[in-house]
Amino acid sequence: MELSYTVAVLIIPVFMFLFLGIVGVKLSKKTAGILGTLAMGVTTVIAYAAAFTYFFGTEQGQVIDGVRQQLTVLDLTWLEFTKNLVIKIGVLLDPISAMMLIVISTVSFMVHIYSLGYMDGERGFQRYYAFLSLFTFSMLGLVLATNIFQMYIFWELVGVSSYLLIGFYYTLPAAVSASKKAFIVTRFADLGFLVGILILSFYTDTFDFISLTSDPQAAISTAGGATFLGCSVMTWALTLIFMGGAGKSAMFPLHIWLPDAMEGPTPVSALIHAATMVVAGVYLVARLFPIYAVDVTALEIITVVGAFTALYAAAVACVQSDIKRVLAFSTISQIAFMITSLGVASPELHHGVGYMASMFHLFTHAMFKALLFLCAGAIIHAVHSNEMSAMGGLRKYMPICHIAFLIGCLAIAGIPPFAGFFSKDEILVAAYAKSPIWGVWLSVVAGMTAFYMFRLYYKIFWWNNPDYGHHTPHEAPMTMTFPLIFLGLVSIVAGFIPFGEFVTSNREVYEIHLDWTVAGTSIAIAVVGIALATVMYRKENNLPEQLANRFRGLWTAAYHRFYMDELYQFITHKIIFARISKPIAWFDRRIIDGTMDLLANVTNSASFAVRRMQSGSVQTYVWFYLVGAVAVAVITIICLI
Amino acid sequence: MLMYIIPSMIMFGCGIYGFITRKNMIAILISLELMLNAVDINFAVFNRFLFPGQMEGMFFSLFAIGLAAAETALAIAIVINVYRAARNVDIRQLTKMKF
Repeated sequence: MELSYTVAVLIIPVFMFLFLGIVGVKLSKKTAGILGTLAMGVTTVIAYAAAFTYFFGTEQGQVIDGVRQQLTVLDLTWLEFTKNLVIKIGVLLDPISAMMLIVISTVSFMVHIYSLGYMDGERGFQRYYAFLSLFTFSMLGLVLATNIFQMYIFWELVGVSSYLLIGFYYTLPAAVSASKKAFIVTRFADLGFLVGILILSFYTDTFDFISLTSDPQAAISTAGGATFLGCSVMTWALTLIFMGGAGKSAMFPLHIWLPDAMEGPTPVSALIHAATMVVAGVYLVARLFPIYAVDVTALEIITVVGAFTALYAAAVACVQSDIKRVLAFSTISQIAFMITSLGVASPELHHGVGYMASMFHLFTHAMFKALLFLCAGAIIHAVHSNEMSAMGGLRKYMPICHIAFLIGCLAIAGIPPFAGFFSKDEILVAAYAKSPIWGVWLSVVAGMTAFYMFRLYYKIFWWNNPDYGHHTPHEAPMTMTFPLIFLGLVSIVAGFIPFGEFVTSNREVYEIHLDWTVAGTSIAIAVVGIALATVMYRKENNLPEQLANRFRGLWTAAYHRFYMDELYQFITHKIIFARISKPIAWFDRRIIDGTMDLLANVTNSASFAVRRMQSGSVQTYVWFYLVGAVAVAVITIICLI
Repeated sequence: MLMYIIPSMIMFGCGIYGFITRKNMIAILISLELMLNAVDINFAVFNRFLFPGQMEGMFFSLFAIGLAAAETALAIAIVINVYRAARNVDIRQLTKMKF
């Protein structure tokens, strides 16, 4: 197959990971960083070549009757357990995986460049680049997987690399506990994913995405109406698979790890916890969308979870004071938009516009959210704090960063012609087409998005002019501003990509057009949100304080993220640890270990009692032996007689 | 047959007696040889009188004689090393290997 060179995008990063991981400490920091970045550059070029050849190549068989084909460009049998249980490993190119190739390689390359400046002089610089390569490898492997099992393997690998990178500053207790939290929460969700995979493949006899999705009706009917607790097993399987996706994509109630994951280095937050890894859940649902589309119950669960998370995260983001946490909750909210969009997508409504909108938003969000995080990194680099209170009036000191951040904010708020407007508009169209309730709901969340993003913007760049003393903030170095400029430009133009021609739910090529009633409303709502933020936060005043005091209860609850972490703490410590784990531990230590200890102790004391027989005098032993032998002989003779 | 068995039993009894009562390790070794030889005689005698057509017993005693020679060499080596280490071959003094 012509496109089989795509496999190089996996081989180069994994080689760089091994190389930097093994001999990295021997290299100087600069060499290691530049090598890693160059390798990532090559990977990016190959990924772009593959994606563009896939989308624009004129080769036969890529577009048949206006439908883009799924190409398996590499297919190796890895493990063959039985005739049915065969695990393959390969590279699948189709619209969403080609799109993800572009997203991941772009953001990863930008983060590699940015980190040269941001992580300059850090301890473990080489290790950092090795982990970045590992992450890039796993994420690309995840999106290129041909079957659900391969995806699961890479899914766990991204989890591990996320864990390693969150805990990069391993001397800080907060970073260590955040990395553990992220790993445990996502592992817990992956348990559901694994069970879902097993149920799904048990009934359909295949792991392969193409055979699963090409005839979803058949896949559903092979389950033969088997039910469990009132739902069909397929609904269970799909919901459990979605649970895995919800864990990675930080959907309520499995979102608690993402805000804490901000303890990692900021470029890592941009790459993993904003642009790529956290959308793995969206990608998973999109990948299996033809099956989900048949199962209405599973889609409804997805819609409800997504819509609730969007509102919840937006509400929390409005009152946080740590700029990275605001961005983290905004990420959760935006991913929830994508999830909801997939939930409301159905093939009958406007060619399944929700699916296209979700992928479109994934694409644009990756760009502008990476941009916002990288800007936040530059700001933190300049003022050495994550807290808004330490910032203010920064527009004079950091002009490039200011403009880039403003572009990011406008994009996420949904102001034309920035990227977020187009994709969010499609999501709203899909939501209104499904039901006005979801449409209004998402519009409200979109308004909140505009508000909290501009609150963040004004608090950082306007608000007041604190005395920075002798430590005046200054613009970041070139390695850090270049990615900002690049991603800023992408965030401006990405919205004009005719996404309908590339990624659609049934891979059919179609034209998208703006629905100006929806678009007009969403612009109006965004403007209201921005205006409100401008009134409240442009100049230092006590209006926010007054409002916070007026709604003290609500404000405190939102500030404490509606006590979700406390609830988890209560459930895990007070209920699971105290009521379940403690008795089990007691049983293990006292009963199981106790039995074994008793045996050992009895043997020990018995041998201690008879140890005097080991006198060391050989002739005594012979006596014992002789007496014994004679006794045996006598007994034998007596018995024989 | 009894003519042969009785001396062999006496030899074996002497061997056991010597093995238990002697203090000198060399004497103990000699007693051990005495027991082995008594057994060898038994092999030959039983073969000769009970299974005249066969040779297994004879060969077994030859085999045992060869084995006994090797074993004696080994034992002498041990005794010499014990002497070097402890300046003594009195078995009743050598009771270090105990509990």
